Amino acid sequence: MADLRSDFLGIKSPNPFWLASAPPTDKKVNVLRAFEAGWGGVVWKTLGTQVKNVSSRYSSLNYNGQKAMGFNNIELISDRPLEINLKEIKEVLKEFPDRAMIVSLMADNDRKSWHEMVKKAQDTGAHGLELNFGCPHGMVERGMGASVGQDPEIAKMVVEWVMEVAKIPVITKLTPNVHSVVPAGKAVISAGTDALSLINTIQSITGIDLDTLIPNPNVGGKSVFGGYCGPAVKPIALKMLTTLAQDPDTRKVPISGIGGISTWRDAVEFILLGASNVQVCTAAMIQGFRIITDLCDGMSNWMDEKGYKSINDFRGLSVPAITRWEELDINFHIIANINQDKCIHCGLCYITCEDTSHQSIDIKKGLPYNTYTIKDEECVGCNLCKIVCPVEDCITMEVHRKGDEYLNWTEYQKRGLPLNDH
Amino acid sequence: MPIQNNRLPESELEKNFSDIHPPFEHAEGAAIEANRCLNCYDAPCTKLCPTSINVPLFIKQIASGNIKGSAHTIFSSNIMGGGCSKVCPVEKLCEGACVFNLLEETPISIAKLQRYSTEQAIHEKWKLFTRKPSNGKKVAIVGAGPAGLACAHSLSLEGTEVTIFEKEAKGGGLMTYGVAAYKVTPTFCKEEVDYILSLGGISVQYEKQLGKDIQLADLQKNFDAVFLGIGVGVARSLEIPGENLEGVMDAISFIYNLRTRNYSQISVGDKVAVIGMGMTAIDAATQSKRLGAKEVTMIYRRTEHEKPCTEEELDLAKLDGCSFLWLSNPKEILGENGKVKNLVCSKMKLGEPDASGRRSPVDTGETFTIEVDMVIKAAGQIPFEGLVNNSKLDNKVGKIKIDNSGMTNLKGVFSGGDAVNGGKEVVDAVQAGKDAAKGILAYLKK
Repeated sequence: MADLRSDFLGIKSPNPFWLASAPPTDKKVNVLRAFEAGWGGVVWKTLGTQVKNVSSRYSSLNYNGQKAMGFNNIELISDRPLEINLKEIKEVLKEFPDRAMIVSLMADNDRKSWHEMVKKAQDTGAHGLELNFGCPHGMVERGMGASVGQDPEIAKMVVEWVMEVAKIPVITKLTPNVHSVVPAGKAVISAGTDALSLINTIQSITGIDLDTLIPNPNVGGKSVFGGYCGPAVKPIALKMLTTLAQDPDTRKVPISGIGGISTWRDAVEFILLGASNVQVCTAAMIQGFRIITDLCDGMSNWMDEKGYKSINDFRGLSVPAITRWEELDINFHIIANINQDKCIHCGLCYITCEDTSHQSIDIKKGLPYNTYTIKDEECVGCNLCKIVCPVEDCITMEVHRKGDEYLNWTEYQKRGLPLNDH
Repeated sequence: MPIQNNRLPESELEKNFSDIHPPFEHAEGAAIEANRCLNCYDAPCTKLCPTSINVPLFIKQIASGNIKGSAHTIFSSNIMGGGCSKVCPVEKLCEGACVFNLLEETPISIAKLQRYSTEQAIHEKWKLFTRKPSNGKKVAIVGAGPAGLACAHSLSLEGTEVTIFEKEAKGGGLMTYGVAAYKVTPTFCKEEVDYILSLGGISVQYEKQLGKDIQLADLQKNFDAVFLGIGVGVARSLEIPGENLEGVMDAISFIYNLRTRNYSQISVGDKVAVIGMGMTAIDAATQSKRLGAKEVTMIYRRTEHEKPCTEEELDLAKLDGCSFLWLSNPKEILGENGKVKNLVCSKMKLGEPDASGRRSPVDTGETFTIEVDMVIKAAGQIPFEGLVNNSKLDNKVGKIKIDNSGMTNLKGVFSGGDAVNGGKEVVDAVQAGKDAAKGILAYLKK
C-alpha cells in the first residue's frame, strides 16, 4: 500500500489533499465535516478586517451539458467576526489534531495590522499561515489581495512584515493575474516566505444571461469580474507551477499546488510538476467532501501500480520533460493509424483533419458506414484525429522517425536544411 | 362471449391506448441525450433516413438550446417530421445506423429528440417557413396523406397555389387512419396537418373522391399540374374458403374504425386470429388485445427470422400477450350459423429463397385447426387498380409508373408514395412527395 502521508514544511497530514481557503473552510461545521470525510488538512478561509458579502456570489461555465467546467465567485474573505473564527479554529484543532490547519490571512496594508493578524492566527495553535496575495475581486479595490501579489515589491514588503513575527511556517499564495508568477515568487522568497502556493483565481466573466443581458453572477442587475477556477483553469495552473519548478530560486521552497484539481489524476499531475501537496476547492463545492475517497484511493492505486512508495518518490518527475521549443527533436515524426476493427465510422477524424488540419485522411463512401484511412505521406502527426476519436485506442500515433539522430531547430537552421515546400 | 364492443371500462381503454413512446418531460432530459450524440460527419443516421434529415445538426441544435433551429432543420427535410418521430421504424433506419450500436451501446434516441423539437413547433405554431412570391401556377393534389402534404408544402414554399382533394373528412392519410392509436393520437394528427397547412397557399377540399366527386381530366384542364398521392387502399384477400363469414375483417378497416370512433364502440372477438406479420398486422393484433380480446394469435407462413415487422414491433405484440403460429398458412375458415368458428392452417416449411431473398414457405401437406371467433386479415394492401386503369395511367398491377421526375405517362400528371411503391413507410411517402414537387416545379418552368 502506498504511503499517502504528507509532510509540508513539517506540517503533517494523513494525505496530501488540503481544502483551499474558500467557502468550504469558512466555518467549524464545514471543516469538521471535511475532516470526518477524510481530508488531510484545510486552509481556513481568509481572516482579515470583517467584510460584508453580496448575493448572488457564484456562477459557472457549462459545456456540452457538463456543469461547472469552469466556476467563478465574487465572495470576499471571511465575513464572520474574527474572534469567532479564531475560537472555532482552536476547537477544530482539538478535535482533529492529526490534520493540517493552515490559516489564510489578509490584513489591512500596514505593518501593524499584519503583525496583529499573524499573532492572533498563530495563537490558535494552527500549523501554518497562508498569505492571500491573490484574491482578484473586492479586496483589490482596497489595495489588498491581488493588488499586493501583482507588485513584487509590495508583496516582498508585506512578507517581510509577516516574517518579523511569524513563528510557524508561512506560505505565500500567488495570483495568476500577472504575465509571469516568477517575479513575485522570487520577491517573496527573498523576503523569507517558507513556501509558495498557486494559483489563486483568475479574473473572469463566465457568461451573460441572454434574457436579461446581465453578466453572471447577477447582483441586482449588476455584476463584477469574478475569480475563475474549476477544471478549466488546471492547464494554466500547471504551466504556472512549472515555471516555479524550473526557476532555480523559486524551486528551493515547497509549493502547494492549486487550480482545478478535481480527480486524483489532476493531483498526480500537479505533484509530477513539482507540487509538494495540493489544495482543492471547486470540485468539493460541486460534489461535496465525499470526493476525498476517490482522490486518495485513486492516487494510492496509481502509486502501487507504478511502484511509488511515497509522494516524494514521484514529485517533480515530469519537470525535466518540459523544455524549450528550440530543443525539440525535429526528426521525431509520428503518423496516425486507424484500427479498422475498432472504428465506429463517426467520421470525426476525417472532417476535422479535412477542414482544419492537413487533409490526411481518405474517405471511402459506404452505406451507411464510410471507411476512413490515413494518408501516411500527408500526416504531420498533429494528434487532432486521435483527440476527437470517441473510441479508446482506435487511432494510435506511431513513430516513423525522419532520421535516427536528434536534431533540433537551432541545428536544423545551422545546416540550412529545407523547409516545407507546400 | 361473441364478437362485441365495450369489453373494458373507459379508463382501461384510455390507458391501453395512451402513447407508448412518451416524450421527454423536461428540457434537461433532451439536453442530456442530445449531448450524448457524437455529431458524426456524413452521419449514418442521416444516410438511412429516406428524407435525409440532418440528424446531427438538429440534435446539436437541441443541445445548444436552439429548439426553433432544430425544428426547422427537421421540417426542411421532412414536413411530417413530427408524425414520423412517432411512427417510423427507427430501429431499422436512423437509430439502427447510429454508430453507438457498433460499440454495443444504446443508440441515440433520435426519434424522441425529433419529437421533442417538432412537437413544440407544432403545439406552439412556430412560423418557421415563408412562401416565396407567387409564381402564378396552380397545382391540384389528390390525397392529403404524407405524399400529398409533403408535395403541397414544397410547392407552396415556391409560390405555387395548391388545391388538395381528399376523400376522407380529415387529412393525414394513413397517419390519421392507418396507424395504431397508441403511436399517434387523432389530436396530434389534426395538429400536424393544420401546422403543415398554416404555411398558406394550400386549400383542402375534403370528402372529394377521385373518379367519383372529381375527375382527373377536369383536374388536368383546370390546373397547371396534378399530383396523385392516392395511396393504396384495398386489403389483400386471402383467397380461401370462408372469407365471407361474419367475423372476418381486414386490418385496414379495423384500424380505420379504431381511429374514427370511440374505442368502446369497436367490436372484437374472444379469440382473434391475425393473418400476417407486418406493421399493420402488429397494430391490429396489439389493439385487439388492448380492446379486451382474450386470446390473440398471429399467424405467419414463414418463421420469425423472415418477419417483415421490426423486432421492436414483435416485442410489442409479445408484451401485449399475443401468441404466434409460425410456418402456418390459412387454408380455410370454418363457420357455424354464418359466423367464424375455426381456422384451418397448413403447416409450412422453409424452401429456397424467393425474389425477396427470404426463404419461401412450402406447404408440408399437414394441417391443423384452431378455434377462433374473429379473423383479421393483414396480408398487405393492393393498389386502386380499377381507378388507375380508368384514368389511363400506366401501371404495374395497379402501382402507378413514373419517370425520374415523378411524372406518369400523362403529361403534367405526377405521382408518388404508396400509389407508386405499393406501400412503404410514411417517411418514404414524404420523400416521394418532395421529389414530385421538384419534378413539378421543373415541369412548370418549361
